[in-house]
Amino acid sequence: MTTTIDMDLPTTAPAAAPPVVPDTKPPAQETPVKIHVRGFDFYYGTTKVLHGITLKIPERQVTALIGPSGCGKSTFIRSINRMNDIIPDAHGEGTVEIDGRDIYATGTDVVALRRRVGMVFQKSNPFPKSIYDNIAYGLRIGGMHNRRELDEVVEKSLVRAALWDEVKDRLHSSALALSGGQQQRVCIARALAVDPEILLMDEPASALDPIATTKIEELIWDLKVNYTIVIVTHNMQQAARVSDRTAFFMLGRLVEYSDTRTVFMNPREKMTEDYVTGRFG
Amino acid sequence: MHRHFDQDIEELKDLLLRMGAMVEDAISESIRALLERDTALAEEVIRNDDRIDQMELEIDRRTLELIAKMQPAAVDLRFVAAIMKITPELERIADLAQDVCERAIELNREPQLKAMIAIPRLAQDAQTMVRQALDAFVRGDGDLARQVIAMDDSIDQQTEQSFRELLTYMLEDPRNISRAIRLTFIGKYFERMADGATNVCEMVVYLVEGKMIKHVHAEANRSR
Repeated sequence: MTTTIDMDLPTTAPAAAPPVVPDTKPPAQETPVKIHVRGFDFYYGTTKVLHGITLKIPERQVTALIGPSGCGKSTFIRSINRMNDIIPDAHGEGTVEIDGRDIYATGTDVVALRRRVGMVFQKSNPFPKSIYDNIAYGLRIGGMHNRRELDEVVEKSLVRAALWDEVKDRLHSSALALSGGQQQRVCIARALAVDPEILLMDEPASALDPIATTKIEELIWDLKVNYTIVIVTHNMQQAARVSDRTAFFMLGRLVEYSDTRTVFMNPREKMTEDYVTGRFG
Repeated sequence: MHRHFDQDIEELKDLLLRMGAMVEDAISESIRALLERDTALAEEVIRNDDRIDQMELEIDRRTLELIAKMQPAAVDLRFVAAIMKITPELERIADLAQDVCERAIELNREPQLKAMIAIPRLAQDAQTMVRQALDAFVRGDGDLARQVIAMDDSIDQQTEQSFRELLTYMLEDPRNISRAIRLTFIGKYFERMADGATNVCEMVVYLVEGKMIKHVHAEANRSR
């Protein structure tokens, strides 16, 4: 069976829907598609874990991927920057286009791709280096060695990651000495330093306390002005709070993909309703 | 977790239905007090209104607690929203029954103006609407809710008819005016009860179908 939920953007209410209260209705505007996934299957060896995923992820919006453990959402998010390539015997079929170009096409420069598509993981993983060197790492690999330029990008990245004020006086101390929430923001700053267009976040706040979580969520809000963000989260309220659109995955299939308001207030699919209301299983 | 949540939802539903039953009693007793000119019964309805107010406070408290603790989504969220909108409607309907009783007590101090024809029918129809609105909520029946909403036009017509009739009494003899005005008020109270039932039904449609159907005409005019 192929999952074919192919929402045309911008999102419009279904024809049968009654008028909504004017103030809550988003203005109709064209939202360009940043990532267009078509009929994407993924296999670990012979085991098929993603089945014909088709969806369009809009530019400069936050798209949340939700679903129970093992539903394929992490595999899917890792497919967007070909992070799964490093897993032996794993391969995908179908297309994942970014700005209209298939990232799985022969000849794709995967390193350049990952520079455009940054990633932040569940467990913060700063390098055992100073805060400064963590942020400058990708830039140096990319050939930037001018101290003034590096200083500028490090500061800009830390400001964007909402961490600058907390660390500006100790840029050369170890990143590992920071709190969990700060370490996660170092990782976000490190991802931002190479000036990506897309930011993938795989449960970025699941290991953090509520205050650090709030900071990450506020950061996501700020970042979407400049970046297209895709976030995997097990925290339903978090998906509801931070995302514009939500995709619900189940057993490797995309069950429902809609604007977040619809998914959390009036989902179309019974399975989605059962999941978001906690009646699943 | 969700089993506990379901239990909370059931308890809330049960409380709302108990409140609904009390409101239905208040309406039927207010009608009886009016038609049978029973001042003692009217006073009892007025006294009992406190219990309905207490019930509203209890439902509000539990609903807010449920939101804080469980953060409901989808149909659960719509249920909680419906409860929060329906409860004050019921409380207001009970207040209107109390108003009917207050006017009935005043009317009982004077001879009856006339044999009542329009008002009892209006009262019965309003009572039916409230009862069916609650039935629609219990059964999660969007179709019934829409049927009840459709009844509101007839209520409006009956109120108007009752007013016209009372106006003739006022024109006939100025001594009729105070009683006729009180009866006009009573007609209006029943009409407002029917409006309350309509509002309850709009929330039932929202709960069941996820569609907000109120103010649709206003919205259509606005976008014209």
